[in-house]
Amino acid sequence: MTYTTAIFYFFAAILVFAGLRVITARNPVHAALFLVLAFFTAAGLWVLLEAEFLAITLVLVYVGAVMVLFLFVVMMLDINLDKLREGFWDYLPLAGFVSVLLVIEMALILGGRHFGLDVMATPAPHAADYSNTKELGRLLYTDYVYAFELAAVILLVAIVAAITLTLRRRKDSKYIDPAEQVKVRRNDRLRIVKMQSEKGPGVRGQDSKGEGA
Amino acid sequence: MSDFLTLFAPALPEIFVLAMVSLILVIDAALDDSKRYIAYVLSLATVVGAAFLTARDFSAMPVLALGGLFVDDPLADVLKLFLYLSVAVVMVYSRDYLRQRGLYKGEFFVLALFALLGMMVMVSASHFLTLYLGLELLSLSLYAMVALQRDSSVATEAAMKYFVLGALASGMLLYGMSMVYGVTGSLALGDIAQNLTDGTDLRIPLVFGIVFIVAGLAFKLGAVPFHMWVPDVYHGAPTAMTLFIGTAPKIAAFAFVVRILGQGLESQVAEWRDMLVILAVLSMAVGNLAAIAQSNLKRMFAYSTISHMGFMLLGILAGSQNGYGSAMFYVLVYALMSAGGFGMILLLSRAGFEADQLDDFKGLNRRSPWLAFLMLLLMFSMAGVPPTVGFYAKLVVLQAVVEIGYVWLAVAAVLFSLIGAFYYLRIVKLMYFDAPHDTEAISACPDARVIMSANGLAVLALGILPQPLMAVCVYAVGASF
Repeated sequence: MTYTTAIFYFFAAILVFAGLRVITARNPVHAALFLVLAFFTAAGLWVLLEAEFLAITLVLVYVGAVMVLFLFVVMMLDINLDKLREGFWDYLPLAGFVSVLLVIEMALILGGRHFGLDVMATPAPHAADYSNTKELGRLLYTDYVYAFELAAVILLVAIVAAITLTLRRRKDSKYIDPAEQVKVRRNDRLRIVKMQSEKGPGVRGQDSKGEGA
Repeated sequence: MSDFLTLFAPALPEIFVLAMVSLILVIDAALDDSKRYIAYVLSLATVVGAAFLTARDFSAMPVLALGGLFVDDPLADVLKLFLYLSVAVVMVYSRDYLRQRGLYKGEFFVLALFALLGMMVMVSASHFLTLYLGLELLSLSLYAMVALQRDSSVATEAAMKYFVLGALASGMLLYGMSMVYGVTGSLALGDIAQNLTDGTDLRIPLVFGIVFIVAGLAFKLGAVPFHMWVPDVYHGAPTAMTLFIGTAPKIAAFAFVVRILGQGLESQVAEWRDMLVILAVLSMAVGNLAAIAQSNLKRMFAYSTISHMGFMLLGILAGSQNGYGSAMFYVLVYALMSAGGFGMILLLSRAGFEADQLDDFKGLNRRSPWLAFLMLLLMFSMAGVPPTVGFYAKLVVLQAVVEIGYVWLAVAAVLFSLIGAFYYLRIVKLMYFDAPHDTEAISACPDARVIMSANGLAVLALGILPQPLMAVCVYAVGASF
């Protein structure tokens, strides 16, 4: 076993474990943290594939941004996961049986003999100064510009859909209208009342009472 | 600049639609409810403009563009023209319905046009990547459209089911595509076909990939045993959205299946034909039998869709130009009939009332003989009664099946169609021989009535003169393969 193979199996084992814990962890925060671990080890696997840029993006975007937001949401929403997970253990034997069967069947068909090293040659490693960021950028903005734009349109649809489905204009929401705010006149805010000035010993005493209240 | 234009020229209709959607999105934000018709008119103008651009640049032979991701061929252009037509008809039918239910918002038009864009991308895709992106663009817009009626728990549930099962189907499709990529080393349909005809020693992973691709396609088409979402979504969604889902996306789905199986995996026809035979027979059986038990018209049409998709698969599984041409004819005719069927529910509905029960069609003849006659034509056509076009559509598909020697399959298809005729004719019986259940006047607006008349009469006219449309289908398929 070479050094890279050992690293691959190390990462792969952690990835599978973390993936399983994501769906079995009782605490949603733990599940989210295991998902972070899964992303992190997946990034490690991508580095082994010489996809350094994608690996870094995965860590930065998914671990750094998406999962942190997700954790916030999980912490802020009071989700009773036990209720959502009702029946999980009841269905587990059947679901487990079916999925184990599927994995075995797929392993029989897709074993190393079809995609192993003796069938497909190892791709030649790139030189140290090879920049896959540059390659990726070139491909994205030339050959795949159509697909790139379509992906952008899909994100736009997601924005439209999310806003449509969640934005509710409440009638009782309080908001500030700066245009109205600057138009305010002195008379709207301040009223000068003419009254008799008061004198006498009683005034001082009343004042000290007022301070206490 | 001129280089730029020539590079993007084949995709001009797509670019035009995208630009117009963005424009409508911005304009609509500034509209109040009394001026909402501006978004409606602009949407119709978008569709008409795109149709003009497509017709102007009609290409007589396949042209690959945009780095081989996009193909402009007669099949794509003809299907796009029918997509525009069906989206425009859907918008006219649904206007009153949406207004009465507070759904007459810019979002509906924007999402519908995004869905149209997704379908356009699908029909002119020549690469797994664009096929998938087009499909996702369409699906995402449809999920949001189904959920648009936020205060209806049925619609929300339908959207949720649609979303989860749609995501599962996408996963299967992608997994199958990755297997095919592993075997052929390419995602472009042309290269895949080339590599596979040269022969491959990785047969087992290839077939494995095809299984997943076919399962994903069956999910999207709603073929049995991947059909469970169809009745719930059709039933739960607001009828205008059901009308949308039931028409144009079926045309796009046909293109999707034919592009993948007919163009990319053409040499593997022996592998996928048997899978499609099973899907087709099961779909026709379950669709037609389960439809009998439905009392809700939308649910009944959902099962009818399943059986019609099974019938369309018969044409595709023939794997010949004749087969693809007949399947194309079938799906275009189906979109026409489906638009009429759901459109009739919309026309008979009014504020606070959905005409989606079988009982609501009782005695329609006495309330409006003309609408009853149009519905009669549509139902006859769905059942396949001559001289309506449904008969001819079934006939050409069966011819293609018999040509490849699957006579038993043709016999089974005819038997299941006979069973299906029962529930279509039941509606005719309710309309003509029962006393009206609902006595309110029908409050459909004139433009929807005119389109409905054209829709119903087209079913009859095409049935008497099917040759021009059939010639278009044969030409489109023949010039693109």
